[in-house]
Amino acid sequence: MSVVFILVFAAIIMAGAFLIAFIWSVKNGQYEDTYTPSVRMLFDDPPVKVAEETEKGKKEKSRSDQSQ
Amino acid sequence: MSEELKCIHCGNSCGNSPVIFEGNPFCCSGCSTVYQILNTNQLKQYYQIEPMQGIRIEDEKKPADETYAFLDLEKFKSKILTFSEGGFSKVSFFIPEIHCASCIWLLENLNSLNPGIIQSIVNFPKKEINITFRENEISLRKLVELLVSIHYIPEINQHSIEKPTTDQSDKKLFLKIGIAAFSFMNAMIYHFPQYLPGHQFLEPDIRRLFGWLSVALAIPALTFSASDYFLTAYKSLKKGIISIDLPIAMGLIMLFSQSLIEIISGKGIGYIDSLTGLVFFMLIGRWYQGKTYQALSFERDYKTYFPLAVTQITETGNQTIALEDLKAGDRILVRNQEIVPADSILKSEMASIDYSFVTGESMPVAKSAGDFVFAGGRQIGNAIELTIEKEVQQSYLTQLWNQAENPFTADNKLKTIINRVSQYFTIVVVLIAIISGIFWHFNRPEIALFAFTSVLIIACPCALALTVPFTFGSTMRQFGRKGFYLKNTAVIEHLYKVDTVVFDKTGTITNAQMSDIRFIGKKLSKEQLRMIKSLVFHSSHPLSKTIFNFIEADELLDVSDFQEIPSLGISGKINGIKLNIGSKYFVSGGKTENENLKTEVWIYLDSSVAGYFQLENEYRPGLGKLIQKLQQTHELHLLTGDNDAEKANLVRIFGTEKNLHFNQTPTDKLEYIRELQKRGKKVLMIGDGLNDAGALNESNVGIVVADNVFNFSPACDAILQSDKFASLDKFIRFTRRSMRIVYAGFLISFLYNLVGLSFAVQGTLTPIVAAILMPISSVSVVVFASFSVSLSAKVFKL
Repeated sequence: MSVVFILVFAAIIMAGAFLIAFIWSVKNGQYEDTYTPSVRMLFDDPPVKVAEETEKGKKEKSRSDQSQ
Repeated sequence: MSEELKCIHCGNSCGNSPVIFEGNPFCCSGCSTVYQILNTNQLKQYYQIEPMQGIRIEDEKKPADETYAFLDLEKFKSKILTFSEGGFSKVSFFIPEIHCASCIWLLENLNSLNPGIIQSIVNFPKKEINITFRENEISLRKLVELLVSIHYIPEINQHSIEKPTTDQSDKKLFLKIGIAAFSFMNAMIYHFPQYLPGHQFLEPDIRRLFGWLSVALAIPALTFSASDYFLTAYKSLKKGIISIDLPIAMGLIMLFSQSLIEIISGKGIGYIDSLTGLVFFMLIGRWYQGKTYQALSFERDYKTYFPLAVTQITETGNQTIALEDLKAGDRILVRNQEIVPADSILKSEMASIDYSFVTGESMPVAKSAGDFVFAGGRQIGNAIELTIEKEVQQSYLTQLWNQAENPFTADNKLKTIINRVSQYFTIVVVLIAIISGIFWHFNRPEIALFAFTSVLIIACPCALALTVPFTFGSTMRQFGRKGFYLKNTAVIEHLYKVDTVVFDKTGTITNAQMSDIRFIGKKLSKEQLRMIKSLVFHSSHPLSKTIFNFIEADELLDVSDFQEIPSLGISGKINGIKLNIGSKYFVSGGKTENENLKTEVWIYLDSSVAGYFQLENEYRPGLGKLIQKLQQTHELHLLTGDNDAEKANLVRIFGTEKNLHFNQTPTDKLEYIRELQKRGKKVLMIGDGLNDAGALNESNVGIVVADNVFNFSPACDAILQSDKFASLDKFIRFTRRSMRIVYAGFLISFLYNLVGLSFAVQGTLTPIVAAILMPISSVSVVVFASFSVSLSAKVFKL
């Protein structure tokens, strides 16, 4: 039955990881707006104005998106 | 007329003379300007995502160029920016016009319009935009003006800079729920073996481990997730009040200590799963109840209405000063669409002040030099000069706000149904616990303590506490779906108790737009009507527009020598015939004395006065029925600032003139409500403008009727969409059903308690009984409450 001990701790670590992920997502502000992202993801790429500028802009945007 | 052209920007009808740009029709030059801006910046996709969703702002309603000059001043900039360092700045604006996917798309692609904008993110439910930008490339003022140029006008006022933008309490509740859920789920795993046959063969080591792990899980659930219950129980106890939180806190403490005893003594692993489950369910209830309409504001006072800054005229020229620095005697300049910030005297020759936010009356009032102008009006037309008479704080309207302190908010909380029930509940439960403890003390002393704690455990009124949030929460959602938005769930109970309804007239029971028109005078020929229509087409005055829409004629005639004299009228020539349209004074030279005090537009045509159009406010459709139905259950009153010209009509609608009061000032209205309350009445006030603000605040429930619920409305308890006005009685009657559902929910949870207590008083409450009974009672109450509300809403045809 000692295998149960291992399983219990594995289960706690797993659940704990999810709890931490949840806490992170709350603190990150993911629950502040649960509607807009669902619309945003359906948009096409940003309008291409000047090729090189948009490239730069896109990178910046995606970076800040992540940090957001 | 052939097929109707629709503006490709806003979808409104283009009328007879559309503005054509690149082959696309527009209803007005404003819409086509936005199109041009978007077109030149390759943002035309705006029109593809959701067609014809653009925002229409008529040219004359556009803010003046100088309106946002104050944003250049460091004083305001630092207040408005949420972050500013190293050339990067962040700002967040509330934009009431955000309404569709196109809006999100355009506002998030703002950097195509100006590269100085690094990123813009829209929060749709809050109608908020967060912008990061480089200040050396685009100033805050330019940024705001950019938004205005595409017709997304951000709301900038005292209130928006005072309130913190992020809501911390919401985040904390999520964290509490998450941790409670974590504890609950894991505790269930550890407890489950206990409930299976053969658990007695479980190794004692494992049992001990499970026990202590459960205790470890219970600690964050108790100290963090459930902390509010202990805190409020303690606070209200200190005030000598027994609130629902007290029995909850008692139950939780008993659950934990009983479990601890069992785990330490090695008898079992206690009730931790029930404990964490209760905390979890109750927090879910709190979350469900607390979900409100993020984009609606129920707390607006005069600060949200007045601008942050005004233009002061000094000897050295104009300067922008903060509103609070304004003193009596200062001279100020108020431009088109700006608000008069304080009671003042008009210096300019003419002004046309729109008091629609104050009185609900949509027609602007003409003022001439030397006239007293009350704060809160909006100037329409050219810039005017005013001398301040009273400081902003002392102005008539603001004073009304300052003196109106609602005496009910304080003790409203204590009188809620749940607290009344919990008082008796707690006393009864404690009595039962003590009696069963004493009983067993004399019969089987070893289980006396256990019986005592068991009673307190099983009586933990979790289900009871969940009934109200879920019933009222669902009711609030049902109301919201039908265009009736409540500030919070407590309003439902107050609405139920209301026995007196007080109406405001203009803008509340009448349409804000005047649409009841009659022509009095000579009979006009078709041709003459067409001439009138052609002339008023050139004027932007609201009355002209109303008349334009009233006259049915296909083609417009060419107008020459068109002239618009502010506050008086318009004139022009059609086919050589001179037309004057406007006030009686302007048209006939006669005095503007007006016996019946109704709005009149006089017509001078073909060298004689032809007569006049009489405009009246139209009563909202369904008003008569609504009054009839409400009359059966409620006492009705009417308070209006207008004269009694409409008395005959109103008497017909209300059936009696007893409670109709005319010529009421805002203070009169407030006093009237107070008087009713002194007589023990529970008053519901229904109004719309700032002049009702005092009364709305003073009443037990204040409802604002609004054409656009996101636009400014005075502080209130609920906002009713104006097209749902006729169903008001249904909403009020539905609260009675909600209350019945609450009582039924109480009954269910009492029944569960009764079953649980029968175990507890016998001293046979095992963890498994608790683990089954407590979640089931909670879940069934939740299901019952939300189900029966949506079911009765359907049956009721809400």
